[in-house]
Amino acid sequence: MNDPIIAIAFFVLAAVLLISALAVVMLRNIVHSALFLALAFVSVAGFYILLNAEFLAAVQILIYAGAVMILLLFAIMLTQRANTPMSNVSNSQAGLAAIVAAAVFVVLAFVLSKTSWLTGAAAVTQPNTEVLGKALFDYYVLPFEIASVLLLVAMIGAIVIARED
Amino acid sequence: MLSLNHFLLLGAVLFSIGLYGALSRRNAVAILMCIELMFNAVNITLVAFARFLAPAATASQSLAPVSTVGQVFTIFVITVAAAEAAVGLAIVLAIYRTRRTISVEDVDLMKW
Amino acid sequence: MESFSIEYLGLIPLFPLLAFVIIALVTRPLKRLSAYLSILAVFASLLVSAWALYSLVIAFLSHASGEALVKELTVTWFSVGGVALPAGLILDPLTAMMLIVVTIVSFLVQVYSQGYMHDDPGYSKYFAFISLFTTSMLILVMANNFLQLYIGWELVGLCSYLLIGFWYHKPEAAAAAKKAFLTTRLGDLGLLVGILIIYFTTHSFGFAEIEHEIKVGALSGGLLTVAMVCVFLGAVGKSAQFPLHVWLPDAMEGPTPVSALIHAATMVAAGVYLVARTFEMFAASPDQQALLVVAYVGGFTAIFAASMGLVMNDIKKVMAYSTISQLGYMMMGLGVGAYAAGVFHLFNHAFFKALLFLGSGSVIHAVHDQDMRNMGGLGGKLKITFVTMLFASLALAGIPPFSGFWSKDEILAGAFEKDTLLYIIGAVAAFFTAFYIFRAMFMTFTGKYRGAPAHDSHGSAGGHGHDSVHASASPEDELRAKVKEHASGHGEHGIHESPWVMTVPLILLAIPSLLSGLLGSPFMGMAFQSFIEKGAEVHEELNYTVMMSSIAIAVAGILLSSLVYYFKIIPANLISRPLPWLHAFVLNKYAMDDLYGWIVNSVVLGASRAALWFDQYVVDGIVNGVANLVGAAGGALRKVETGQIPNYGLAIFAGAVVISAVLIISGSTL
Repeated sequence: MNDPIIAIAFFVLAAVLLISALAVVMLRNIVHSALFLALAFVSVAGFYILLNAEFLAAVQILIYAGAVMILLLFAIMLTQRANTPMSNVSNSQAGLAAIVAAAVFVVLAFVLSKTSWLTGAAAVTQPNTEVLGKALFDYYVLPFEIASVLLLVAMIGAIVIARED
Repeated sequence: MLSLNHFLLLGAVLFSIGLYGALSRRNAVAILMCIELMFNAVNITLVAFARFLAPAATASQSLAPVSTVGQVFTIFVITVAAAEAAVGLAIVLAIYRTRRTISVEDVDLMKW
Repeated sequence: MESFSIEYLGLIPLFPLLAFVIIALVTRPLKRLSAYLSILAVFASLLVSAWALYSLVIAFLSHASGEALVKELTVTWFSVGGVALPAGLILDPLTAMMLIVVTIVSFLVQVYSQGYMHDDPGYSKYFAFISLFTTSMLILVMANNFLQLYIGWELVGLCSYLLIGFWYHKPEAAAAAKKAFLTTRLGDLGLLVGILIIYFTTHSFGFAEIEHEIKVGALSGGLLTVAMVCVFLGAVGKSAQFPLHVWLPDAMEGPTPVSALIHAATMVAAGVYLVARTFEMFAASPDQQALLVVAYVGGFTAIFAASMGLVMNDIKKVMAYSTISQLGYMMMGLGVGAYAAGVFHLFNHAFFKALLFLGSGSVIHAVHDQDMRNMGGLGGKLKITFVTMLFASLALAGIPPFSGFWSKDEILAGAFEKDTLLYIIGAVAAFFTAFYIFRAMFMTFTGKYRGAPAHDSHGSAGGHGHDSVHASASPEDELRAKVKEHASGHGEHGIHESPWVMTVPLILLAIPSLLSGLLGSPFMGMAFQSFIEKGAEVHEELNYTVMMSSIAIAVAGILLSSLVYYFKIIPANLISRPLPWLHAFVLNKYAMDDLYGWIVNSVVLGASRAALWFDQYVVDGIVNGVANLVGAAGGALRKVETGQIPNYGLAIFAGAVVISAVLIISGSTL
């Protein structure tokens, strides 16, 4: 973490992420918002690499930037009618929402600044996909299976709800 | 130099941006998108914890590979987020089919 | 005290009670059997009562006195919390006297009723009620505490109600029953309040204990007077004293034997009995104020009722007002402190007034009419009735040696010593009494028969009892219908003396009417008074002035009556012609009924309407106002629920921020 390259990468990625996130919430065209969301997902994957989690970075790209984005774009496509440029306007409580969001940030930042983290020897310093895989299929095998059932239920539920009848 | 707090602060900013969007958008799909942003903010903090925090002293007695806890959490969050996105978008489609709109301000059956 | 044990006393009300239960549950369809059962039961009670009296008299004659003549038995009925409610029996001369009066009169009246009620559809029911009444009355007189007395008191009230309204299909009877019940209830409320005042100060219901507590000063002064006046209010209601006398004349709607038993001899005397029983407590009130109230109410009632008796034309109404008047006499006697004299008058009156009522019943039975203007000349037809009623009338008027003279004279003597005004009232009332009773006698039994021809009675038993009218037909209607049925011309030939079951009780009652007074006369050394006063020596100086003047008053009343109604020298309308309004006013019972009607209609109903308004607008207004307030608040607050999901999300996060901020500021360890 002491490498200046990594620091530079962090700030560049942070700039990209925050700008694209702001674009997601600010732009009035929902298609543009969706595209910036894809960019945000990709930049998050960059952070995962910075944090030595290359498996998660791959998953982030595949699932978020791939699957979830496709789903979102389909949803946009199926629900969008005329007036696409004004398809993502804010509602009547945007001002209040900004205040609350700022307040949440203040609370979070305050808590962060007050907390002394037990940072010691770096926990994950090596690429560890193999360790992760073993952990998932060994110690976390029950939650893993439950998660797969959850996905199955979600799939069936989504089909049932969205089905034309 | 980069420390845990950089990542946590980044997560906090991203979370607040997502929250603002979720509360202020009119389009239901946009709200779902903002919720995905908030998930990602949380994921960043989880992975950062995994990277920076020392395993607890007692971890050696546990069967769990403590160093991977944060990442495993992230995997489950991504799984649930994917499921949520699928169901949420299905609901949006269902609403759209019956009411010809996905503006959350028009869907207000839950009132007096 | 011989072998009579106090426990046997409980048998006395038990017999009629058993009769009541058996008749009500088993023998109701069997009329004769029901009557015999009832009569047998009361005869058994009579025997036990006689035994009880005998034991006391023997003791009295052997010069026992004071507490030796009193037997009491008290058990705890049940206790609730710290309150033990007593049940008990008392046997003293007063109770023994009352027992014998109640059982004798009840027995004779029931014998008589067999004839009077002989084809009434409610024959068995009638005897059941009479038995229940007898039970209740006996319970009342043998109670040694207020609680039990009150139970008997209310039970006789109930029986009175049932029997006045015995022909409940007649609207007048039903109304009279209601009136009697409600009017006496007013007095009973007073009695209850009085009992409660006494209980809360002396913590006792028993008469003896209360007297003791009063002696040691637990209850005294003004509060004692108030309590006793409240108790007296109960007596006012039950004994039909002014101003609660209005129910008794109406109660004549009941069968005549019932009038004789309940509304002449026994139940109405319960008020007098109550005052006599609690006489010590009355006397203990400061300056005897409570007794003074009793005396004046009684005196006023005596003359007030007697004046109404002067003008009534219904033979039973005359008797009713006479009863009220005589009860007033008894109250006056008690009130002026002539305790034994008042009780003595109760004793004598029970017999001769029961006789007068039963005689009236016999007359009504014969002519099927109650209006004396339609009678006359019946003396020849109803010889036994006439002679026995004459005995009773002489007793009532106060001619020696008939019983009424001795007791009435003694009351007047007591009043003379105590209060001249009361004596004058009593004397005038005595004059009225002599006048109206002989007016009734002359109008009924002498002269020429003035009534419509009576119908031919079938066979020997005599016709229907007058009172047993069917459905709502009034007596007159029925009579006219019968007149039409039978071609006119029978005239008074259809009038027969009553059957022996009716005349024998008359004869049996005539004996005490003649003789019972002698028990308390100077010839027997005032034995009755001495007995009632538990053996105390009674040395009363005979007041010859009062005695002579009361004889003179009675004779004058009878004489004047005979001049007006027998010799017809003085026109009957001598007073009513120049003063028609006075006559009408008295005939209308001094408009008391109208006054009470007005009070009920305007005051009571007015107050009720005010209460209704208060309930509808104030009470309901508050209740509805609270409900409306909640509803309105809900209506306003429900706007908060917009149904907008972003609003809800905003609220959730705002709340989370606030909670976090509070936790942080309060320094909580997160």
